[in-house]
Amino acid sequence: MSDPAGPPEEAVAVAAAVAGTSTTLEVAAANPLRDPRDKRLPRVAGPCVMVLFGVTGDLAKRKLLPAIYDLGNRGLLPPGFSLVGFARRDWQDQDFAKLTHDAVKTHARTPFREEVWKQIREGIHFVPGEFSDDGAFDALAMALKEIDELRGTGGNYAFYLSVPPKFFPVVVEQLKRTGLAEAPDGSWRRVVIEKPFGHDLRSAHELNEITTSAFPESSIFRIDHYLGKETVQNIMALRFANNLYEPIWNRSFVDHVQITMAEDIGIGGRAGYYDGIGAARDVIQNHLLQLLALVAMEDPTSFEASSLRREKEKVLKAVRLPADLAANTARGQYAAGWQGGEKVVGYLEEEGISKRSTTETYAAVKLEIANRRWAGVPFYLRTGKRLGRRVTEVAVVFQKAPHLPFSADDTEILGHNALVVRVQPDEGITVRFGSKVPGTAMEVRDVSMDFAYGESFLESSPEAYERLLLDVMIGDPPLFPHQREVELSWKILDPIEEFWATQGQPEPYPSGSWGPPAADAMMARDGRVWRRL
Amino acid sequence: MTTFMLADTTAGKISAQLTQLRHQMGAPAIGMVLTLVVVCEERDQYDSLRAATEAAREHPSRILVVINRETDEANRLDAELRIGESAPGETVVLRLYGELTEHADSVVSPLLLPDTPVVAWWPSRAPDVPSADSIGVLAQRRLTDAKNADDGVASLVTRAKGYAPGDTDLSWARLTPWRSLLAAAFDQPVGRVHGGVVEASAGNPSAPLLASWLSERLGAEMDVADSGGPGLTAVRLATDEGELSVVRTDARLATLSRPGQPDRNVALARRHLSELLAEELRRLDTDEIYGAAVKRLARLR
Repeated sequence: MSDPAGPPEEAVAVAAAVAGTSTTLEVAAANPLRDPRDKRLPRVAGPCVMVLFGVTGDLAKRKLLPAIYDLGNRGLLPPGFSLVGFARRDWQDQDFAKLTHDAVKTHARTPFREEVWKQIREGIHFVPGEFSDDGAFDALAMALKEIDELRGTGGNYAFYLSVPPKFFPVVVEQLKRTGLAEAPDGSWRRVVIEKPFGHDLRSAHELNEITTSAFPESSIFRIDHYLGKETVQNIMALRFANNLYEPIWNRSFVDHVQITMAEDIGIGGRAGYYDGIGAARDVIQNHLLQLLALVAMEDPTSFEASSLRREKEKVLKAVRLPADLAANTARGQYAAGWQGGEKVVGYLEEEGISKRSTTETYAAVKLEIANRRWAGVPFYLRTGKRLGRRVTEVAVVFQKAPHLPFSADDTEILGHNALVVRVQPDEGITVRFGSKVPGTAMEVRDVSMDFAYGESFLESSPEAYERLLLDVMIGDPPLFPHQREVELSWKILDPIEEFWATQGQPEPYPSGSWGPPAADAMMARDGRVWRRL
Repeated sequence: MTTFMLADTTAGKISAQLTQLRHQMGAPAIGMVLTLVVVCEERDQYDSLRAATEAAREHPSRILVVINRETDEANRLDAELRIGESAPGETVVLRLYGELTEHADSVVSPLLLPDTPVVAWWPSRAPDVPSADSIGVLAQRRLTDAKNADDGVASLVTRAKGYAPGDTDLSWARLTPWRSLLAAAFDQPVGRVHGGVVEASAGNPSAPLLASWLSERLGAEMDVADSGGPGLTAVRLATDEGELSVVRTDARLATLSRPGQPDRNVALARRHLSELLAEELRRLDTDEIYGAAVKRLARLR
């Protein structure tokens, strides 16, 4: 093992056999100790290194590093797993280890255990440098080779680009130059990128050109952390594992669908990123359209990536914009006000925001899906900052009963039946239906029936990032959007953004309210109202 | 936590009281997913109930604790109802006296949640044929714990003879991290395994179970050797290229060694009872792999 030029042949040969098999199924077939009936054994990733760019960022500290620890604590990290940090800091391994340790202590979901930390600590390395510095990347390549030798990671690297998109080109170029992007036979190289995937169709395309110049599409993992959430995956279980909902999941019974992501916070320290991007690009293009796809798609032939993505693409392709964008979209900008008992400033007074910024912090759009299942059923998507409270949900609102054999007075306050998938914070499902009010008269009123994920299963419910990081290491892509989905989503959003660009200042709404009056007017024109959240 | 005592009572009164308590607390019918029947003795009650309550945080359940008291007293049923604000679900501790101890099922059966799975758990002494036991018959899943028997290995062997689908033993759940690590090691091909040894503290029932699983899967002879413990300490497998081993001496951190590769440390901590129980409750279908392993164990003994 003295030859620094390469890992010992045996380690490579051994890892080769694993790395070639990218899915757990194939590995399982070759492994005498695995059996599909043996459900206690978890999916564990093969030996690999995760290289994290942007280790000092908020995401790394709050989500990624704790998620890696939590995976370790659940016994899901492979023996020899190594974590390499890369950043512009004059740091040693122990400094990065300390950062990781602190992040884990503060933010990990599972309790801190010394032995788990010891296992992870052994694999922690740090490479200092600028993204433009060739020497730093050469050092990274050397370090990775060394790790392969010392830890038997077999040349399997996942590069996590937790950096602003403007750095993508240079990092990807460096990975290409140093040969790190190219997997030798029998090992794998994967790259993980975070939203935003561009700011319109053209830039998304350019970004993709850059990434695909170094990595094949199958090695690119685009993280939309919403798809890692248990409730979002549960949408598929709810729809396709049950016989109760699918028969009514269509235009004959559904009146409309509301998909909401409301935040109570402002832009915080993200002024530089947020201004010029706005709510629609930040949230609707990715999270909300992905939710729409999952709710509206046909049943996939299997849960393999290709089948699932095909169905999502089909439904995204069928999305139609309303002809009159002025009447069927709304945008707003939060003004000063009171949010949850605190006095907060308006968007234009936020630090780093131009007084004349036309960036929207609230966006609502009405979309239709032109297929047999959904024709004529509007999908209302809305998102905003500084709204009343933080909530993300998908509400399928059903039509009223075709005939009510009650007197009009009895059902005066009876609303629509609704099935609500609550994505966050209080994960679960609510069914709203009419029920008789106890007493002599036949008075019918709305009641809710709740299934709470958050309360009951919280303890074991893994964070979205745990699931997604594990999937990256295993090489399991169904929960990651394909480039085609990204581009289709931009195709939906681009005309709206172009229209908005001609409309001047967004309508202000007081912080802590539920958005601008235009959004309510948009619903009122259709004879509907937003759900009060 | 609301506690309510009912002395000299019946299942019907308990049921009515539970409904009333829930109404008083304004708690709606929370989504309880199963009924867990814990059959134990007074001295196991506290620890078992604590583990069950913790597991209920992951699997909201109605927990029925059945404690058989003096058989020569007059027939009597005492119940202690607990509905917690901190944990979902509800707990009923049942104490049975007199002839009633022979008919615990008559109390338990009306208190089971309708149309949801029932799990029976004997934390210490367990029937030889759990599926034929009057409580066991009510359950889809029957959990025993050989570790707490006087002779753990013997009790596994006895129970293997009366094995029915749905039986499992917590000494099997204790093996999951070991099996998971070994399976991960085998994700890289190791070639043929000629034999091996499982080392553990003397009398540990998990050790022969692990050995019999390994020999079942690998088609090789596996021995069990005594070590100083605690618990399982090592698995050594002889392969074509040399020895593949997992060694754990401090009950927390293990070292994985394989031919031609550097040694690696892996966290492999012993787990708390509540974690074992939570794992059992996660999958309520038959554990065929356990069935095969325990039957092989019984054949070899």
